[in-house]
Amino acid sequence: MGIGTSINRVDAYEKVTGSARYTDDLRPKNCLVAKVVRSTIANGLVKSFDLSQALQVPGVVKIVTCFDVPDIQFPTPGHPWSVEEAHQDVADRKLLNRRVRIYGDDIAAVVAEDEVAAARAARLIQVEYEEYPAITTVEQAMAPGATPIHAEKPDNVLAHTSFRQGALPFDQAAAQPGLKLVEGVYQTQTVQHCHIEAPVSWAYQEKGRIVVVTSTQIPHIVRRVVGQALGIPWGRVRVIKPYIGGGFGNKQEVLYEPLNAFLTLQVGGRPVKLELTREETFTCTRVRHAIRFALRTAVTPEGELVARKCVAHSNQGGYASHGHSIVANAVNGYRHLYRERDALELDAYTVYTNLSSGGAMRGYGIPQIDFAMEAHMDDIAQALGLDPVELRLKNCMRLGYVDPGTGITCHSTGLEACIRQGQQAIGWEEKRRAYAHQTGPVRRGVGMAIFSYKTGVYPISLETASARLVLNQDGSCQLQLGATEIGQGADTVFTQMAAQTIGVPEELVQIVSFQDTDTAPFDTGAYASRQTYVSGMAVKKTAEVFRSRLLEYAAWLLRRPQAELDIQKGQVTDLEGVPLLPLEELAMNAFYSLERSVHITAEETYHCKQNTFAFGACFAEVEVDIPVGKVQVLNILNVHDSGVLINPKLAEAQVHGGMSMGLGYALSEQLLFDQNARPLNGNFLDYKLPTALDTPELQAQFVQTWDPTGPYGNKALGEPPAIPPAPAIRNAVLHATGVAVNSLPLNPQKLVEQFMAAGLISEGGTEHV
Amino acid sequence: MYDLERIYRAKGVADAIAALERDPRAVVICGGSDVLIRIREGKLAGRPLVSIHGLPELSEIRLEPDGTLVIGPAVPFAQVTGHPLIQRLVPALGEAVDQAGGPQLRNVGTIGGNVCNGATSADSAPTLLTLNAVVELTGPQGVRRAPLAEFYLGPGRVDLHPAELCTAIRIARADYEGFFGHYIKYAQRNAMDIATLGCAVHVKLNPEKTAVEALRLAFGVAAPTPIRCHGAEAQAADHRLDGVLLDLVGNAAAAEVNPRTSWRASREFRLQLVRELSRRALAEAVRRAGGVLDA
Repeated sequence: MGIGTSINRVDAYEKVTGSARYTDDLRPKNCLVAKVVRSTIANGLVKSFDLSQALQVPGVVKIVTCFDVPDIQFPTPGHPWSVEEAHQDVADRKLLNRRVRIYGDDIAAVVAEDEVAAARAARLIQVEYEEYPAITTVEQAMAPGATPIHAEKPDNVLAHTSFRQGALPFDQAAAQPGLKLVEGVYQTQTVQHCHIEAPVSWAYQEKGRIVVVTSTQIPHIVRRVVGQALGIPWGRVRVIKPYIGGGFGNKQEVLYEPLNAFLTLQVGGRPVKLELTREETFTCTRVRHAIRFALRTAVTPEGELVARKCVAHSNQGGYASHGHSIVANAVNGYRHLYRERDALELDAYTVYTNLSSGGAMRGYGIPQIDFAMEAHMDDIAQALGLDPVELRLKNCMRLGYVDPGTGITCHSTGLEACIRQGQQAIGWEEKRRAYAHQTGPVRRGVGMAIFSYKTGVYPISLETASARLVLNQDGSCQLQLGATEIGQGADTVFTQMAAQTIGVPEELVQIVSFQDTDTAPFDTGAYASRQTYVSGMAVKKTAEVFRSRLLEYAAWLLRRPQAELDIQKGQVTDLEGVPLLPLEELAMNAFYSLERSVHITAEETYHCKQNTFAFGACFAEVEVDIPVGKVQVLNILNVHDSGVLINPKLAEAQVHGGMSMGLGYALSEQLLFDQNARPLNGNFLDYKLPTALDTPELQAQFVQTWDPTGPYGNKALGEPPAIPPAPAIRNAVLHATGVAVNSLPLNPQKLVEQFMAAGLISEGGTEHV
Repeated sequence: MYDLERIYRAKGVADAIAALERDPRAVVICGGSDVLIRIREGKLAGRPLVSIHGLPELSEIRLEPDGTLVIGPAVPFAQVTGHPLIQRLVPALGEAVDQAGGPQLRNVGTIGGNVCNGATSADSAPTLLTLNAVVELTGPQGVRRAPLAEFYLGPGRVDLHPAELCTAIRIARADYEGFFGHYIKYAQRNAMDIATLGCAVHVKLNPEKTAVEALRLAFGVAAPTPIRCHGAEAQAADHRLDGVLLDLVGNAAAAEVNPRTSWRASREFRLQLVRELSRRALAEAVRRAGGVLDA
């Protein structure tokens, strides 16, 4: 019971038996179906539509086009709103867009009685375009004369930020005598979240308001953006969030809820469902940004980092979404993890292209920078002949570090302990030695990588969370939050927190899993690994107030001073733990006492003005089949410092999921586009998400620190596990083969090409160098 | 929800052929693992379907008196793999089709559909080619037989006449007796994937097991259709079992195939796989045949 125990998930029974209700399970029988009509060019302008054939299709109710929607541009990222205009998100799209910016852009929508009629009509719509050359790369987008994708950004650069620190400029610091300069360009690829449940919502009108039931991580933000996009007061919108089948950041985005809300208005308020196909999910929602990092580091022969420079170019795709926040977070992560003696220079660019739009995805820019930074650290170690572990230990963040950019402070760190524990567990020293001088077609190697990760978004954005506790007659209570369960186990850990703080067993706390923005307390939702930290503080604060109200009533009932009372295991006790009054009896009195009836509840907001760093390391052992370019991961271990674990089994599960995502990022996943920016492999056959048979046993270990800023000593865990596997595997391949692969993924064709270039594969013979 | 005009469940082969003759727009469906995908993609949307799913005359595996192995085209992959005749006479074929997709696919997808679909990546095709499989085709004009190698016309195209059905896949006794096989599916994943390259070998050794008597080597995705490598096979005949044999076969095969560069894989990468997988598949088939390389 309580914090630190692995109680069963509170939603386990419903999810395992299938009785848990998801968005589509709740859809009414008379629901119409909407289908988005998508552009078949990536860059251009819709000139006209011919709807005549489509309107003849039996079952078609309504077709709306980009010429019919309000002339309102709105932002889509799931950020807290900023009351300062300068910090507001970029509003660069309409409900349907006449200016086409990606292949498959939303240009019209069909509402029909069923999916078949909608799809038939969508196929019959004729579109006339004015077409511009497609822009797929940052270079093309920034070239002089490139077509502006958005009129507001004529050079296609959405944003450019710089940061400088240190006594000297980089070039001067790096030119000091006795230093070694190591340089590398590292490129990450476009990947997609691949949550099981596709984006789905249904909307209808009720009493002049719009109700949207949707699979989202951020119900309160969806309410705001639907209001903004339709130009209606936000209170006229009600958003309901049932159980959801995964999000990973793609549902930290207001995807199609505004269009869905608009469509119900077009059919007199009848319910309309809008569910994407997997193919649409891949390329018409959001992806992880592909980012290129040019890194330069001047280092002493002993491995002290003297000067560091990072220039990052992020391929945004067609719409801003989370935009520059991603690459800005990436270069901040670069600044945080290591310190340097004399100079640090950071430059980050976010550039519009016609590829699928980049948005939030588990790790928010840090998986990208961690690949570049940690590959680069191994390149430095190799150049100096140092052990990669020792190089990192020499330079990594220490307790008490204060980030000069944000003021975020290292309040607790188990980083060094994570590194040492992983090093021991994988057998680092023996294997580095044993695999040092191999020959033959199949070789083994070990590699590692580390990371740091913030907890929540303070001080970049607002951090606020609210909770409510309501007493029942039997002494149990409802816990209600605006924070969302998205599969990660949030409901379970919130239940544990409330139970611990009130002093009752978890069975007496019933969490309300669905959020309804009409009744759920305000919280911005599941993202940034923030909920156990920020929403956890709201739970703690609310539970403390609730507990004190129970004790106040108990004191009145028992005629004893409140200070002499406690609540333990669901009983009011004295300070020695001697039971005095069951909570049920207290509750019955509070409800029905003829003398003093009071419904005991508590509702509190926690405005969080703190942040802290979580840490970890990944160690990987691989076997590389050189002639066919295959990497088999023999052994992989993540060691995490996420502070105190609220529920160790759930924490382990979280690490497994993240490592699985990291493995796909490392070895196989990549969303491909042709030169016309047309997606090539947006489906589960051709996009190589690893299967169970591609996944080794995933090992998770923890170093539990106690973080003084966390509600229960805890800090971020949701996103971090996905961060370090890719560079650890890249570095293991480097150790096995001597070949430094500087782009993701390390897929077979790329490896064969690089092994051939390195002379490890000779054509047509048995000789392997 | 699939967009189909109607579905007719045929009562037998003749009935299916008659139904196809009545409506030239009709599409044959059996397991549905290819056809339903094309309906969903819109390519076959709104068409009438004629189902041959579960017809008993197309769903058995049997041995004719002369030893010819006859495989019903409507037999799902999983049943091909599990059938005692397959396991006894052509185990490599059972192993090959056990690598298609995942368990669900292998319980619905059929070996006949795999062949008639015409894909160069079909997991059954290279092994069937090394077994000199013959397809039996039944249509309004009666029954005819065609070697599988001639049945493939081009990418996604096979020699099926209007209203014609594949009604059997036949393998003669001389084409499996004494042969030992192996199939390597090279894909980007270990399950649920399409072959980047498929390599099938059947080998017969001399009675002393010191040399190759006959080699049959075939590939998927190394050309627009599944392809046999007769040149490499000829060079291997009577060759002793050593590393030179593997080099010879790998290099000859690479010279014979014609893979293309696509976004899925480059020609150069596939050629490297042809060289390497030929060696590995042949080495394993030789081992199964009781031979020892470099003995």
